[in-house]
Amino acid sequence: MSTPEAGTLEASPSGSAARPVLAPTRTALWNDPVKRGIVLQLLLAAFVLSVVWAAYGNMRANMSARGLVFGWDYLSRPANFAIGEALIPFSAQDSYGRALLVGILNTIKIAVVGIALTTFLGIALGVMRLSSNPLLARLVSGYIEVVRNTPLLLQLFLWYAIINSLPGPRQAVHFGPGMYLSNRGVKVPWLEWSPALWPMIWALVAGIIGAIIAGRMLARRREATGQAPPLWPVALGLIVGLPFLASAAQGFPATLTIPVLQGFNFAGGIELSPEFAALLTGLVLYTAAFVAEIVRGGIQSVYKGQWEAARSLGLSSGQLMRLVILPQALRVIIPPLTSQYLNLTKNSSLAVAIGYPDLVHISNTTMNQTGRAVEAILVFASIYLTISLLTSAFMNWYNARVAIMER
Amino acid sequence: MKNWLMGIAAVGAMLFGTTVAEAGRDLDQIKQRGTLRCGVQGPSNPGFGVPNAQGVWEGFNVEICRSVAISIFGDPTKVEFVPVTTQSRFPALTNGEVDMLSNNTTWTLTRDTGVNRFNFPAIVFYDGQSVMVPRRLNVTSAKQLNGATVCVQPGTTTELNLSDFFRQNNITFRPVVIEALDELRRAYDQGRCDVFTNDFAALAAQRTLLTNPRDHVILPERISKEPLGPTIRQGDEELTNLVAWTVFALIDAEEFGITKANVDQVAATNTDPRVRRLLGVEPGMGAAIGAANENWARTIIKTYGNYGEIFDRWLGPSTPLALERGQNNIWTKGGLLYAPPAR
Repeated sequence: MSTPEAGTLEASPSGSAARPVLAPTRTALWNDPVKRGIVLQLLLAAFVLSVVWAAYGNMRANMSARGLVFGWDYLSRPANFAIGEALIPFSAQDSYGRALLVGILNTIKIAVVGIALTTFLGIALGVMRLSSNPLLARLVSGYIEVVRNTPLLLQLFLWYAIINSLPGPRQAVHFGPGMYLSNRGVKVPWLEWSPALWPMIWALVAGIIGAIIAGRMLARRREATGQAPPLWPVALGLIVGLPFLASAAQGFPATLTIPVLQGFNFAGGIELSPEFAALLTGLVLYTAAFVAEIVRGGIQSVYKGQWEAARSLGLSSGQLMRLVILPQALRVIIPPLTSQYLNLTKNSSLAVAIGYPDLVHISNTTMNQTGRAVEAILVFASIYLTISLLTSAFMNWYNARVAIMER
Repeated sequence: MKNWLMGIAAVGAMLFGTTVAEAGRDLDQIKQRGTLRCGVQGPSNPGFGVPNAQGVWEGFNVEICRSVAISIFGDPTKVEFVPVTTQSRFPALTNGEVDMLSNNTTWTLTRDTGVNRFNFPAIVFYDGQSVMVPRRLNVTSAKQLNGATVCVQPGTTTELNLSDFFRQNNITFRPVVIEALDELRRAYDQGRCDVFTNDFAALAAQRTLLTNPRDHVILPERISKEPLGPTIRQGDEELTNLVAWTVFALIDAEEFGITKANVDQVAATNTDPRVRRLLGVEPGMGAAIGAANENWARTIIKTYGNYGEIFDRWLGPSTPLALERGQNNIWTKGGLLYAPPAR
């Protein structure tokens, strides 16, 4: 916020330049805090680098003492193992590198879906815990205490066992046209992929961008005039209407694949696998309990006067929460929420226990088949680090955006 | 999980640890320590290695370890059993946490050479990969399994053979890959998979733990060769010899008809020089393999019996696994077990 006042403040260094200039004597290096700081920083950096270097050298020495070689050539060799679910086509003849990519994408998939659902559920639970309805508030607090205080691994086993005890594919629960629930997961009809779908996809992307722009324009108009026409008809038109028109213009090229029981399993359609479902359920329910407490803390940190002021303006309780309390609570919520997002991502490595082919799972198999334990662990550790740092960077950016703007 | 803890421990040791286990010194280290550290399939593998009610390990693979301990120390109790999984076994061996694996590890070219650099002194069990299916599916051949969901352990030759087999027969499958054998079996038991694949003997062992073992059949096909045997690090010829000849002694004993019951009598009365050399009546063999004493083979047989007796006790028809001898019979009875002459 650069206000005229700030401008005048910044214009004042002339004042500081007018400080009494004592003597032109040179300050000794160790007495100059800036230079001393730089030297210390350099020393520290050199120390860290030398530790890393020594560790690397030691690793190479230890490996060669055991007759192990260090290298990345294995990444291009054929993997020869199959992977249960992949976002990109994968067959056993593909390389270890591609298998690793499948694992990374599966980890990102669980992290993205998990974070999104955790956020919604966590906020809902946090708000419910503060509800004036004692039954609801107690129920939610009971849930939070139980889920938060039992080991996640145990919960994952529980969810996996529950999902696996669903009926087999031949006795699948048929819960809608072409929709089946069995211990092979949930199967629903889905669009069959063809290049003719590209215009629809671009229309969808354009629709989403359009909706965001429309949202900004509306917000500006509301700030200027105080009038706030609802956004949703416009957004719906853009996001659903545009792809529909694009599809209609081509004469609806999309065809559905419908799950059919074929031999042992369902073929066709899209699937939510038991492993993914169990992992997602476990991670979301567990992390949401923590998020709920963070949200509750955030809401309770908002000064009571804000509630009273909002009520006296005649806002409904929904509006009060959405427009007044949550935006202020967010400032308290975001930093600990970031930690929970990171926890969720890293906890997804427990997938190994229930057989979801995530990054750790694929790395484990790879290290076992190739004997490249050191390389495989270095790879997955650095990938987790990268994912976590990116998440953290995004959340810090968002935190800076919603932070209280000092004027 | 344990596997990647071990993996991380391995990386940690590589990064900050000091160099240990100079090549060729494994046997010396074992003797100095006073115990043999033996990696067995954890948490348990019925018939092959299970801790009993007192927490003492028992089973076919366990008695192989104990026999080696008799050769080294003259004492079967000087073994420390370390449960390992299919994934943690190789880091554990490479890193020196165990001296020997006795957990149904398959001898393959890349494990013998490659970056793993292990040694397989002898084969103690000839197995082959099979598939188990629920009886009600009426499957008679693995080739009918197109589109099936298959439960398989990661990091095994099984996992690779499975891909090869389906690829070769132009059929598809979906793997469900879980490291912990107990969890994997539970998933199969609950119907998450149509098929459970492993080595035949391991499947027979796992079948005994299913809710209704009789509802499941192991198909007769063997889709691979799985020669299983104790595994050690490469580079110690003395240990290799000692493990190999311990196994050969068990096989020879069966061939010569020496049993737990008659070993003392045979030693006292038998005039066959081959038998006398093996049992240390004519000394020299013990010193040659670096055993604790010349009675090594005699002590082993007196404690556990010959190969056939160990097999029958843990895996044979009178056990829940009810395995036939088949290929695991001595060569004179149509099997593959054949020991070079001890002389």
